[in-house]
Amino acid sequence: MKAVPFVAVILVMLIAGPPFLASYWVGLLTQMLIFALLAMSLDVLLGYTGLPSLGHAGFFGVAAYAVAVLSTTYHAGFWTCVMSGILIGTLLSTLLGLLVSHVRDVYFLMITLASGMVLWGLSYRWIPVTGGDNGISGIPRLDAHAGLPFAGPVAFYYVTLLVFVVSASLLALLVSSPFGFTLRGIRENELRMKSLGFNTWLHCWVSYIIAGAFASVSGVVWAYYNGFVSPTYLDLTASSELFLMVTLGGPGTLVGPVIGAGAIVLLKNVISAYTQRWPLILGTFYIITMFGAPQGLWNLGRRRRASS
Amino acid sequence: MKIADRPIADRRCFAPRRSVFVVVLLVAAGNVIVGQRPEALPIKIGFIAPLSGPNAQNGRDILNGFLLYLQEIGSGVDGRRIDVIIEDDEAIPAVGLTKTRKLVERDKVHLMAGALLSSTGYALAPYIDAMRIPMLYPVVSADDLTQRRRSKWIVRTGYSGSQPNHAFGEYAYHTLGLKKVATIALDYAFGWESVGGFQRTFEAEGGLVAQKIWCPVFVHDFAPYLAQIPRDVDAVYALFLGRSALQFMRQYQEFGLKQRVRLIGAGTTTDEHVLPFMGDEALGVVTALHYTAALDTPANRKFVAAYRARYNRVPSYYSESMYTGAKWLVTAVEVVHGNVEDSATLVDALRHVKLTDAPRGPLELDDYGNPIENVYIRRVERVNGQLQNTVIETIPRVSQFWKYNPADYLKQPLYARR
Repeated sequence: MKAVPFVAVILVMLIAGPPFLASYWVGLLTQMLIFALLAMSLDVLLGYTGLPSLGHAGFFGVAAYAVAVLSTTYHAGFWTCVMSGILIGTLLSTLLGLLVSHVRDVYFLMITLASGMVLWGLSYRWIPVTGGDNGISGIPRLDAHAGLPFAGPVAFYYVTLLVFVVSASLLALLVSSPFGFTLRGIRENELRMKSLGFNTWLHCWVSYIIAGAFASVSGVVWAYYNGFVSPTYLDLTASSELFLMVTLGGPGTLVGPVIGAGAIVLLKNVISAYTQRWPLILGTFYIITMFGAPQGLWNLGRRRRASS
Repeated sequence: MKIADRPIADRRCFAPRRSVFVVVLLVAAGNVIVGQRPEALPIKIGFIAPLSGPNAQNGRDILNGFLLYLQEIGSGVDGRRIDVIIEDDEAIPAVGLTKTRKLVERDKVHLMAGALLSSTGYALAPYIDAMRIPMLYPVVSADDLTQRRRSKWIVRTGYSGSQPNHAFGEYAYHTLGLKKVATIALDYAFGWESVGGFQRTFEAEGGLVAQKIWCPVFVHDFAPYLAQIPRDVDAVYALFLGRSALQFMRQYQEFGLKQRVRLIGAGTTTDEHVLPFMGDEALGVVTALHYTAALDTPANRKFVAAYRARYNRVPSYYSESMYTGAKWLVTAVEVVHGNVEDSATLVDALRHVKLTDAPRGPLELDDYGNPIENVYIRRVERVNGQLQNTVIETIPRVSQFWKYNPADYLKQPLYARR
């Protein structure tokens, strides 16, 4: 609950700030929110349940592809696209969850890595549907498709913010519920939870489905934001960058991934404007953070406050 | 909290700049009547290309060509300095779009240039159209960008993937005397379009593409693919680039295929971005492209010498692409007398540029926005100890539609994997 004032200040800034910003920064903030939501969804698995998933960008990508295919090839309406995107991503995580929720640790890592690669391969090779390497462009603009009275980056930003706040509230509710505490119990000691009578397999499965569902939500928003999809959305680089966002920000908290996602999106875009050697600087930053704050940036701040 | 502070600060210093911009526009409008030059504010050109990751060398070549031309013209155009703002698109379409947004919305560039991959090319098109910013694609070769999915604001000065291969298919059948060919190529749109173009004209003349082998873009070992090549073909057509081209050439020889089956291919397979790193295994390979560093014209000799002097390496077709691209941009800016703020007139000027003295030879755009240019059939030879793509035939003024009627051509589907 120590996070409340911090979150409140950030939220007020997020609501009040954008009308005064240049459109480029509004766009960057929108990106941060989309990736923050995606990172939070991964954190349900990685931080709360202790399941390191390396294929999480898959759900994000599949939902984005669903929107792209439906809106361009089939000219489907806005709500059909949105609902199908979320539904298909969630269904996929339900099915894959059946496979992966039996295994733990490095085996979980390997299977999610493989499933992520399979989804990437599908987007790359199922050319009649996905357009292969070229991806699909020409997704209608959000305001046109949804019939919004407002257009432009600021309007899109507020839609994203709304989606983000609703999703984040639901996730906050989830992790502070008895279900969320059971997940943490599984993370700490699964054997003990089993002996206490919890069906740990079922809990892992449900947490995998929930993570997939929220990843799909962010995938839908991302598809509308960019107006196109391509296989790079769900490749290994995307999944591992996502992993980095969570571990950098602070796994096992909801604020941590938001900070991680914000920091990475911001650093990538700001540093690369000044030097072509930006990957080197970013890499150094990652290593320093891992040494200085092995529990993530947000947990570092919290520990300090607790000790003072 | 820093996150939100910065942009506000940025906005503050930005607001006056926008009004200056508006004033400049007004002044420019006034000047057209009076016949004076607009205010000497710099012309801002945004440039994106992959400058990190596996495609970094190609991106750097493009950038080098661009900078070389700008250095040559020195002072700028019509009294206006040229500012280039460079961004790295990491060969990821979404990053390319984010960087383009930054260049257009934050840096307020007047025109854009760059991009390497087809996927990035397609991803940028809707945004470029919406923002009405003229953009020049020096390399992106996806056929449909100037065929079935044209954009008003995008001008391509490179080539379409199938363009040189249409010419090459006919040449391979008649002049090289090949009847039966197997193809081996990278498994993505550029590969399909190149092989598709070759197959169309080669088979139209009476040849036969006996087998098409596709290798994943990230292929590490060609052994399983080389084993599939039928032994009774007259030649193997190969399309690779970068690391894959080097490795393919080496393994083709190691498999003992080089002595038995003749190797031909798309221009990138022996392009100068990989040729200096090849050995005797590349000798005799015949390929087709709209450029070769060995082209013996005054314009190209001058370009190659300047490029070698500045970067200490031989220019690749990527280097030439944006050298010519920059020349193209500057010519168009001269046509509009430096008045780059009027983007509609500028894009019109960009569509009607004709270059006669580009290193690659003469080029102009067809009605669909793709260059009509020479295609060179080149053979790898060793001259003064160095490998080069010697021109053995020049096929002049090749259009993206080859000898077909554009309307009929566009009714047929895009070349795909099949």
